[in-house]
Amino acid sequence: MSVLVDKNTRLVVQGITGKTGMFHAAQSLAYYGTQVVAGVTPGKGGTTVLDMVPVFDTVADAVTKAGANASVIFVPPPFAADAIMEAVDAGVPLIVCITEGIPVTDMVKVKRMMEGCSSRLIGPNCPGIITPNQCRIGIMPGYIHQPGRVGVVSRSGTLTYEAVHQLTTLGLGQTTAIGIGGDPVNGTNFVDCLELFNEDPATEGIVMIGEIGGSAEEDGAAFIKAHVKKPVVGFIAGTTAPPGKRMGHAGAIISGGKGTAEAKLEALRDAGVAIAETPSDIGQTMARVLK
Amino acid sequence: MKIHEYQGKELLKAAKVPVPLSKVVFNASEVRAAAAALIESTGNEIVVVKSQIHAGGRGKGRFKEHPELGGVKVVKGADAAAEVAAKMLGSTLVTVQTGPEGKVVNRLLLEQGVDIARELYLAATLDRATGRVTVMASTEGGMEIEEVAEAHPEKILRESIDPAVGLVPYQARKLAFGLGLDVTVASKFGKFLTALTSAYEKLDCALLEVNPLVITKQGDVIALDAKINFDDNALYRHPDIELLRDADEEDAAELEAKKYDLSYVNLDGTIGCMVNGAGLAMATMDIIKYFGAEPSNFLDVGGGATADKVTAAFKIITADPALRGILVNIFGGIMKCDVIAQGVIAAVKEVGLKVPLVVRLEGTNVEAGKKMLEESGLPITTGSSLRDAAQKIVELTK
Repeated sequence: MSVLVDKNTRLVVQGITGKTGMFHAAQSLAYYGTQVVAGVTPGKGGTTVLDMVPVFDTVADAVTKAGANASVIFVPPPFAADAIMEAVDAGVPLIVCITEGIPVTDMVKVKRMMEGCSSRLIGPNCPGIITPNQCRIGIMPGYIHQPGRVGVVSRSGTLTYEAVHQLTTLGLGQTTAIGIGGDPVNGTNFVDCLELFNEDPATEGIVMIGEIGGSAEEDGAAFIKAHVKKPVVGFIAGTTAPPGKRMGHAGAIISGGKGTAEAKLEALRDAGVAIAETPSDIGQTMARVLK
Repeated sequence: MKIHEYQGKELLKAAKVPVPLSKVVFNASEVRAAAAALIESTGNEIVVVKSQIHAGGRGKGRFKEHPELGGVKVVKGADAAAEVAAKMLGSTLVTVQTGPEGKVVNRLLLEQGVDIARELYLAATLDRATGRVTVMASTEGGMEIEEVAEAHPEKILRESIDPAVGLVPYQARKLAFGLGLDVTVASKFGKFLTALTSAYEKLDCALLEVNPLVITKQGDVIALDAKINFDDNALYRHPDIELLRDADEEDAAELEAKKYDLSYVNLDGTIGCMVNGAGLAMATMDIIKYFGAEPSNFLDVGGGATADKVTAAFKIITADPALRGILVNIFGGIMKCDVIAQGVIAAVKEVGLKVPLVVRLEGTNVEAGKKMLEESGLPITTGSSLRDAAQKIVELTK
């Protein structure tokens, strides 16, 4: 079992003729036959890429003609919000936006536009989502994953790989790993993913990786305290980050004394989450609490 | 990105937000004439001389060279303005936000004196919880909003702006009457707030804070201070704002890193870090601290780094005089470990290696990367995991 994506997911790649889009479309096709059923690049409709993937001018065409039910966006920042909204308008149920550097004002509009719509957005500024040996959507290295027992949700890309790698090495594996992204305004949040993993019968434990900035981790902690019965392992990056400085991710900033790692760790501990002392202990901590 | 108060006020003025009359000066020789012209046009002898640095707490701050003098001084007449300005320019101002080293004042704002009836607080910023811009207003003008939030959260009024319709007049009225403004002033406040929130959106701000917002004895609503931070992601569509950057206010190493599209933050510790990914970079800093040392920087080389970029990053890290060791931590996904190894080897050959270097590679092409490091013959220690690598670099630099 898994959440959100599996072998039946039919993916359209928005921006497939760009360098990054093409590379990762090929990587996904090579990953246990992830179904990349379409690409979209305005003006290149009617062509075929990677020997077998039809390209359409619009997302709507990709949905009606190729049956796409998930989209991944590799479109540069100035055009990414437009690409998300096009996918929403086409009724794509799952939209994964990889693009980093989208203006906040644009995402505020996207979020408003998505109110009341049934589409789910993952990201932006995220590595994507993967269900091991079934479906890879995004930019993560597929081979470090292994089908297994643990659901992973994280705001950071490479830190997710670190956790996934440890879980694989220890033989625990993953049900699904979701990168929700490091931007201040994003789609799917910790609470959404915790809810999905909590209801997924195959997921026995959950790894939640947060970082400084905002209060999404605190919201996640409150949800865990109230609803989650499965063991949760937490890690928060940025204990040593100085206030007022943006640490790479647009959302990773302590401002006005808010969004500190300490406050997040305290909320997680209070919710009964097992804290990994260092990023190298995430897998071991999960192994311990799953016993 | 941050700008100076005078630059913020120029942007606000252009957006039809009322600000006091003022003039920016860079040299002591300009001050007398500028102050005289200001007095002439306002008919008021009172001039406020304000230090322009990217830090708050200027009024209560003190100059190292002139301990009796604060960063903001109210004077009477052009001669007095010139005298104060001569002391401020080139001197180092220490405030609660500058740290003990302070900041050198190179620019002054000369501003008309205003008859203040009330000082309020007004700001617009993103509320991450709702994904919308929120306006915050408070009767406690002049105080840090964090302190107000701590002591009197009920004194902060908020209105959330629906991006589909923008600020609606009733929201401004709610705030105005909540602040206890009478109906004439409330109407001016409404115009002020409408202009302010549209400037926030048009300029892609991350924070637009007016503290204090002043109600004058004549009943006018004026921005007596202006603090604007911009959304770095949106700067590509505001080349005019990019020009307002003051290199003196930014860290030289951070500016250098920016040229190579590296995400770098200078810190006070002794162990340099080079990592791919922001979250992993923060986690690497944290684990260095966990084992008892302090990181000297945050550095995310990004997902698509080339060997050249790695070399540039290495040079920036090694330029820090406090450096005692370097930890390279790469989890190759798209980034290939052999590319990193190639960049590290080239950098070490070019700039030399005066401190211990521990490299931990994992992920794509890890074996090729490790082999290259071994065969390079360079004194590089490898770490088998992040934990192992962090322990080793802390041990080697003790």
